[in-house]
Amino acid sequence: MSLYFLCFVLFCVGLYCVLRKRNIIKIIIGLGIIEYAVNLFIILIGYRTQGRAPILDNKQEILNMVDPLPQAMVLTTIVIGLALTALVVSLAVRIYEKYGTFDITKIRRLKG
Amino acid sequence: MELHIILLFMIFGAIVAVETRDLISSVIALSAVGLGLSLAFLILKAPNLAITQLVVEILCVIILIRGTINKDLPLVRDGRWLFNTIATFLFIACFLVFAFFALKELPNFGEPLMRVSQGYIADGLAKSGAVNLVTAITLNFRGYDALAEAAVLFAGVIGVLAVTRKTGKSHER
Amino acid sequence: MKDNQKGMTLIVKTTTRLLFGLILIYGIYIVLNGHLAPGGGFAGGLIIALSFIQLLLAFGREPTLEKMNINRSLYLSAIGIIAFLVSMSLVLLGSGFAARLIPLCDIAVALMVSAGIFAIFLALILSSEIKEGK
Repeated sequence: MSLYFLCFVLFCVGLYCVLRKRNIIKIIIGLGIIEYAVNLFIILIGYRTQGRAPILDNKQEILNMVDPLPQAMVLTTIVIGLALTALVVSLAVRIYEKYGTFDITKIRRLKG
Repeated sequence: MELHIILLFMIFGAIVAVETRDLISSVIALSAVGLGLSLAFLILKAPNLAITQLVVEILCVIILIRGTINKDLPLVRDGRWLFNTIATFLFIACFLVFAFFALKELPNFGEPLMRVSQGYIADGLAKSGAVNLVTAITLNFRGYDALAEAAVLFAGVIGVLAVTRKTGKSHER
Repeated sequence: MKDNQKGMTLIVKTTTRLLFGLILIYGIYIVLNGHLAPGGGFAGGLIIALSFIQLLLAFGREPTLEKMNINRSLYLSAIGIIAFLVSMSLVLLGSGFAARLIPLCDIAVALMVSAGIFAIFLALILSSEIKEGK
């Protein structure tokens, strides 16, 4: 229970960074922290105490295994998060070439 | 017990990454958070995910540093500061209070429900021939998810190529 | 960076020449043993992409573009996706063959992921270096 709450506190640190910072690169770092917190929360739900890793063995019967279904989903999510970070960083580089600054308040005021 | 220590380390690293003024130090602190996450995946008995998270975090750090290394480091100035900060903290406090009441309804940590996974564990080896159950679920039982992930990855590649295109200038040799 | 055309120092270049083949073979090993040990197609494909990115970072732009430029890596990624579609439809439609075709899916996924991630890196690096010349 306290582990779930600490995971939410990590999510809130990233959320504060996305809401309050002016530099685009700091906002991208906040998005990365949010993505780490969500992946950790999904894996925390599927953990069994004294469980075993989800790899079968030829010689013995395995009775308690951790849940393999959230692990399969988070595997997909981690790779998609990499493509998303690359896309947002390329947008930030383009914004710097056009406006000359990373400050989001100045980007709103210059037009054209 | 070890999970609490690793989570506290990750929260501390995240606070350092948010508050530092230097951009390169923030990126390095973010990579420390990613390393803590990979260790947490190892403790939670998910070796597939630990390998993938480690490699993805290396690539993420290279992309972030490569995208920003020859740009300047701007100062962070503040405008209408007090009202914005108090509103943000009130919102986050409200969110955490409601999250605390909602997290009590979840099953206890360490006792998952596992209704769907019982079927996968019981006849995973017989139907797919793979000993690694996570690979069997990703590529055989849930194959459409892998197809959608391939589509999203390819859309991301095309998006990056379209954004960094030079308009009106040909760079073919 | 002012000396990015010539690459990094001599120690980095020598170490990269020794390590490039080892990292590539390790990535292929993780892909081919995806159904027996932890790993799989996604992690192995990313490690193969990492070996080429190490070549790009250590030697600069010109020698790496001779080996693999952006058109070639996009073609490889497209071939990977077509191979993945074909093998996935064979796995989902045939129930007797399915035990032997998961490694084929793994290889197709690794080809697609590695070539796609390397194309992203080349696009980012080509854009920032052309900006320096302006």
